[in-house]
Amino acid sequence: METKRWLRALALAALAAAAFAGCGEQSGYEQGVSDTEIKVGSTNPYSGPASAYGTIGRAESAYFKMINDRGGVNGRKINFISLDDGYSPPRTVEQVRKLVEEEQVLFLAGTLGTPTNTAIHQYVNSRGVPHIFVNTGATKWGDPKNFPWTMGFNLSYTAESRIYARYLLENKPDAKIAILYQNDDYGKDYVEGLKKGLGDRAAKMIVAEASYEVTDPTVDSQIVSLQASGADTFFNVTTPKFAAQAIRKAYDIGWRPLHILNNVSSSVGSVLAPAGLEKSVGLITALYFKDPIDPQWANDDDVKAYTEWFRKYMPDADFKDAFNVSGYLIGQGVVHVLEACGDELTRANVMKQMASISDLQMPMMLPGIKWDTGPEDFFLIESGQLARFDGKEWKLFGEVVSAR
Amino acid sequence: MRGMEADRARWILIAVVVVAACALPFVVSSYRVFQFNLVLVYSIVLIGLNLLTGFNGQISLGHGAFYAIGAYVAAILMHHAGVPYWATVPAAGLTCFVAGCLFGLPALRLHGHYLALATFALGVAMPQILKYQGLEHWTGGVQGIVISKPKPPLGLPLTQDQWLYLFTLAIALLMFWIAWNLLRGRIGRAMVAIRDHPIAAEAMGINVAAVKTLTFGVSALYAGVGGALGAVVVQFVAPDSFVALLSISFLIGIVIGGLASISGAIYGALFIQFVPNIADQISRAAPWAVYGLFLLAFVFLMPTGVAGFLRLAWARLTARRAAAGGPIREPR
Amino acid sequence: MEAFLHQVLAGLANGAVYASLALALVMIYQSTHHINFAQGEMAMFSTYLAWAMINAGVPYWLAFVSTVLASFVIGVVIERAVIRRVANAPVLTVVVVFIALLVIFNSVAGWIFSYTIKVFPSPFPSQPLFGPYISTHEAGVVGISVLVLTLLYLFFRFTPLGLAMRATAENPVSARLAGIRVGWMLALGWGLAAAIGAVAGMMIASIVYLDPNMLSGVLLYAIAAALLGGIDNPFGAVVGGLAIGVLENLMGAYVVGTELKLTVALAVIIGVLIFRPTGLFGRAFVTRV
Repeated sequence: METKRWLRALALAALAAAAFAGCGEQSGYEQGVSDTEIKVGSTNPYSGPASAYGTIGRAESAYFKMINDRGGVNGRKINFISLDDGYSPPRTVEQVRKLVEEEQVLFLAGTLGTPTNTAIHQYVNSRGVPHIFVNTGATKWGDPKNFPWTMGFNLSYTAESRIYARYLLENKPDAKIAILYQNDDYGKDYVEGLKKGLGDRAAKMIVAEASYEVTDPTVDSQIVSLQASGADTFFNVTTPKFAAQAIRKAYDIGWRPLHILNNVSSSVGSVLAPAGLEKSVGLITALYFKDPIDPQWANDDDVKAYTEWFRKYMPDADFKDAFNVSGYLIGQGVVHVLEACGDELTRANVMKQMASISDLQMPMMLPGIKWDTGPEDFFLIESGQLARFDGKEWKLFGEVVSAR
Repeated sequence: MRGMEADRARWILIAVVVVAACALPFVVSSYRVFQFNLVLVYSIVLIGLNLLTGFNGQISLGHGAFYAIGAYVAAILMHHAGVPYWATVPAAGLTCFVAGCLFGLPALRLHGHYLALATFALGVAMPQILKYQGLEHWTGGVQGIVISKPKPPLGLPLTQDQWLYLFTLAIALLMFWIAWNLLRGRIGRAMVAIRDHPIAAEAMGINVAAVKTLTFGVSALYAGVGGALGAVVVQFVAPDSFVALLSISFLIGIVIGGLASISGAIYGALFIQFVPNIADQISRAAPWAVYGLFLLAFVFLMPTGVAGFLRLAWARLTARRAAAGGPIREPR
Repeated sequence: MEAFLHQVLAGLANGAVYASLALALVMIYQSTHHINFAQGEMAMFSTYLAWAMINAGVPYWLAFVSTVLASFVIGVVIERAVIRRVANAPVLTVVVVFIALLVIFNSVAGWIFSYTIKVFPSPFPSQPLFGPYISTHEAGVVGISVLVLTLLYLFFRFTPLGLAMRATAENPVSARLAGIRVGWMLALGWGLAAAIGAVAGMMIASIVYLDPNMLSGVLLYAIAAALLGGIDNPFGAVVGGLAIGVLENLMGAYVVGTELKLTVALAVIIGVLIFRPTGLFGRAFVTRV
């Protein structure tokens, strides 16, 4: 008797589960999709020491809010579920499993951080979940042979370094280079990239390296050491706070090298202004998107649209923070891929569309810097343009350089 | 008589919990199985930390470091030497036992805040050591090590998550049982005596230095076993997984669960596993603020931890039942 | 040699940062016998209050004084509303309360003021002192630390209130019997510590830039400084802070490289504490059986 009742309950449950699962599978849809909604998942550090990046996730959500207010994509609203992982890899694994297994998202977009994404790399690829617009600059996100479901977003750190290396080899082949870098994957990738880009001249050109920890109060001591090395070129691989400190300190102690600043900290509003605009004159960086604070874009249509969106959908956030632009760009990218998918909203098709973006000029990207991917080419952004700071704005110079 | 009854009730309760824990992976989704697997991992670490801090009175703000060592021993053995996952657990435990004893020796001279500082420093320094270039060949440097998830043995009809959960559960039960035996014996009494009155304990003939050092070692062993299991469950180790906050979370776990209580490890593990997610669901703008409020609420409502609270509630309940059953007859 | 001198001076500037937070820790220890892990975050939050006022056009010194007073009140309120409830709980429970305060202040600051770095003005002129090596502001921070230190010393040593506070921390029961209002002494200790923390925060912010994580990394150094100097000795805290700043820089620049400087500096500090368990200037404590 008892067993029979149990069996009946089980059969019922199985039926219900099948019916539930079936919901998502009508008319060529996969899980996470219905006639009215598409579920997209993401993780971001909203808490913990890396919470400065949380604003990127909020910008993504705000971008989808705007899209949904305009009717969504093909009549479907984007249900963007962005969870907090505190920049801790074990929690990323947990949250991503929640997104994939419980929330049943169609795909993941804009998950932030190298260690955090490394932790889920295998999982999403064994499950066949698109893991796109991965928001870190490591090179490992462009490996279609081994990881066909993962594709990165940023210009990779090593590619950016290669742009600087090429510039130095052409314009200052006898440079004596000093490097300041953050002691983690991000900093080390840049250093690696520069060394590769300089080739066999690296050992001769790089005269000093110093690292810092994110818990260090200042990088003053490192700057002093680097100056003492007699270097005439300074490669500054730091996040915004330390970049501002380094620019100010180098200026204050009278060190005036050719100062190359990584793109991460190129924001005029949140880095150069606090460091002192007059102390930032002559900095060189590689840009690939427009900084909304930079006066040269004051009348640019993209920036106007961006500003309008920002004022309406992120009224409490800090406009100066250039991190918001990357959230905006990732939002645009997701919408682009969904539009390209049309009504065939399957994971395979998402990946197929992601890998067939060709020569796309996105709003807020610098003119001439286009998104381009292919079945064998899983790098979305592969070029940048050098710019020099003149005390007011970044003056672009030279050609758009491909770092391929 | 009544003591025996309470004892029996306790055994029944433990049996029910164990049976429920065994049945759990067959009734909840894979994702939940994974979460509860982490709860088991954390509970092992928390018993270890409770042995040291709760029962022996030595504060550690750096147990994340031993957890990290355990995790890396497991990952390195699996990745570089092809050792099977189950064999890495005792290896990680023993490595951490040695590391714990070595750290415990100088710690003998440090008390209270000074010991807290020394252990906290260990927790803060650990990620930097793991990133160090000289060790990069073994540790994978900033990139860490990715390990593959084990399959159930003997073709058992289980998913990987279910198997790993049951494997962890078996080890957790073993570790709980060892801790329980340790505590009710001579060593346990010596540990508590040292916490309550070191000088008196010494006068009673307890070898304070030996007991304290060994407790440190055993406690680190628990953290190491937990770390190895955690690495296998998460399939990844990296310096960023073992920041100082992890050590702080473990401390929060034993305080919220209940200091000097074995069952407290389970409540504490549940708290550090689930409350951050609840906080995230309540507020995306400031999840840490919500987490902090949860901490305050728990501490205010249950100053002796969940275990202490439940003990008190249980005592009140039985007292009331006894009262309702009429006056207790005095033995003649 | 010049570079060496320069490293030492840069170390002193960092050390001044550690020392000023360490002073606040010593202050709260003097009056409550706890080490407040949330001290740094409270100071950071106070600094944001000052920043908001200055941004709204309030003159620097007015904002400075208002912030110190507001922080005093916040400290007293926290003691009365939060800490008092766990007065009889085990030490570790109190530690968890400190951690809760730490995460709350950190998160709320980020939520209200965002995570972009803010420039915090300095009351000192901007031209460098002693050539390019140390800015007037950095020297000013050391000066302010010394000033606060002297005031603290005088307060605890020569005023009846200071004595009452020390007595409360040392032995609350006897203090109560002697007619001291123990509850208020503790609240006062928290208020003073918060006020000192606010001064430290405002001084530090113009060196390192203001952001919600400004002092999270510094906390460990400050605790190490306070303990190295002897937790009950404000003078020791300043010496400890400066020593750690210089030690860390020299380690990083000349001995082990920057990748391990934190680890080695911590190992040295703990080594010193093992041989001098009460710190460099602490009083030996006697345990009664």
